[in-house]
Amino acid sequence: MSEIVIILIEASIKALVIVLIMQLMAAVNVYMERKVSAFIQGRIGPNRVGPWGTFQPFADVFKLFMKEDVVPKSADKFFHSLAPIISMGIAFSIWAVIPFSSYIEIDGRKFYMGMAPNLNIGVLYILAMTSVGVYGITLAGWSSNSKYSLLGGLRSSAQMISYELAMGLSLIAIIMMTGSFTLNDIVSHQQAWGGWRWNIFVQPIAFLIFLTASFAETNRAPFDLPEAEPELVGGFNTEYSGMKFGMFFLAEYANLTTAAVLISLIFLGGWSIPFDATNLGIMEGSIWLALIHFAVFAIKVLFIIFFFIWIRWSIPRFRYDQLMNLGWKFLLPLSLLNAVITAFYVMFLQ
Amino acid sequence: MNNTKNTEIERLNFWEKLYIPEIVKGLGLTFKEMFKPKFTRQYPEERWEPEGSYRGRPVLVLEEEGERCVACGLCSRVCPALAIEVQAAETIKEKERFPVKFEINMLRCIYCGFCEEVCPEEAIVMSKDYDLVFQNHEDAIMDKEKLLIPVSELQDRLEFIRQYK
Repeated sequence: MSEIVIILIEASIKALVIVLIMQLMAAVNVYMERKVSAFIQGRIGPNRVGPWGTFQPFADVFKLFMKEDVVPKSADKFFHSLAPIISMGIAFSIWAVIPFSSYIEIDGRKFYMGMAPNLNIGVLYILAMTSVGVYGITLAGWSSNSKYSLLGGLRSSAQMISYELAMGLSLIAIIMMTGSFTLNDIVSHQQAWGGWRWNIFVQPIAFLIFLTASFAETNRAPFDLPEAEPELVGGFNTEYSGMKFGMFFLAEYANLTTAAVLISLIFLGGWSIPFDATNLGIMEGSIWLALIHFAVFAIKVLFIIFFFIWIRWSIPRFRYDQLMNLGWKFLLPLSLLNAVITAFYVMFLQ
Repeated sequence: MNNTKNTEIERLNFWEKLYIPEIVKGLGLTFKEMFKPKFTRQYPEERWEPEGSYRGRPVLVLEEEGERCVACGLCSRVCPALAIEVQAAETIKEKERFPVKFEINMLRCIYCGFCEEVCPEEAIVMSKDYDLVFQNHEDAIMDKEKLLIPVSELQDRLEFIRQYK
């Protein structure tokens, strides 16, 4: 077989698997969110559809498919349908550079777990894509021709722009220490110290800033102002129904997964395990090692998702001026300071 | 005239202003909450048994010799929702009157319990039925057949009435 055919087959299989994983993760997130919120509030949560209610998210999506798709009379029809497509497309395309596990070696050919985990601008690509993701929400708010949607859209764009700065600057500290934009390199850099050189221990301030900013970037509580129900009806998705609403819903949960994956890749050591796998007779590049790495990674990601949900049901929403104060007056100077100190350390002490 | 001072900020100490220790405290609280017993009742499987003070569907008391009702019509008169219809007739028994027709329209009933309060014979009482479902309007109009309940099943409510009425 020629090289190009192998690459094409490899890429299409990976793309299919990633899209399926994303859909499945959205379902898992919805289920976890409902169960955890129920447990925190002294309820049981969904337990009727399937064993322990595990089919509930599928029933929800099925219901959304069956719903009538209402478009407001005065809405801009084209952009009204384009907005959810942008939201979901961007949420999925971020996953092009995300690795899930270490590589598998078959016949001397290395198969990396992920579409393009060795892309040399990986982190920049992710930051760029999350910025484009704002367009989906802003367009949804504007094209609905409703005051609540517009306010929600404006809030989300202001919020995302404010927090993107702090997010990028906190990542700069990590990138300076690693010396690479590639996510695979960032993960392998954390495998020092017997698998415990996690960036959360080396850069705790950057971790806190990134965590806070990713709450704001994913529009989740305590920064869920774009869809603040008591103030804005439904925020940017007020005028959406049926599967268009479902697509925003899916994009939101895909973004949650992305944020969790990024945090565990960049700060929690990705799939690094605290012992040398070759001692157990598992070779570097074998399927078994890749599976173990994937399991470790999945546990970390699920824990972070749980943490996000836990935060959502514990902390009340910020007021808008508090949100802006925190972003511009606190997180931005702190991340700048952190970046400067890290730069000095990398330049003069390493 | 300086009332723009944010007194709430001034009340907090340094660690509280940092947010993070307070957030951790809050998270600890919700985490503990997750393992406490749940309040939810699995309704169709696990039914709630009301106390005697509960005002459910109004029913007629049925004794061995027949219904207690003497068809005086007070319940029908007092009913604020005009849900009760009584038609009296004569009988050879000691109490001389009985209802030939006794209908309660459950679509109109507001479960106020006035009928029970006004009844001189303790013949109409509120039962413990609380989940009433009807497929059509005719089903919702309860006739004597559906209303008469043996006195043994209504002991809780009768005791409650005697104690508090």
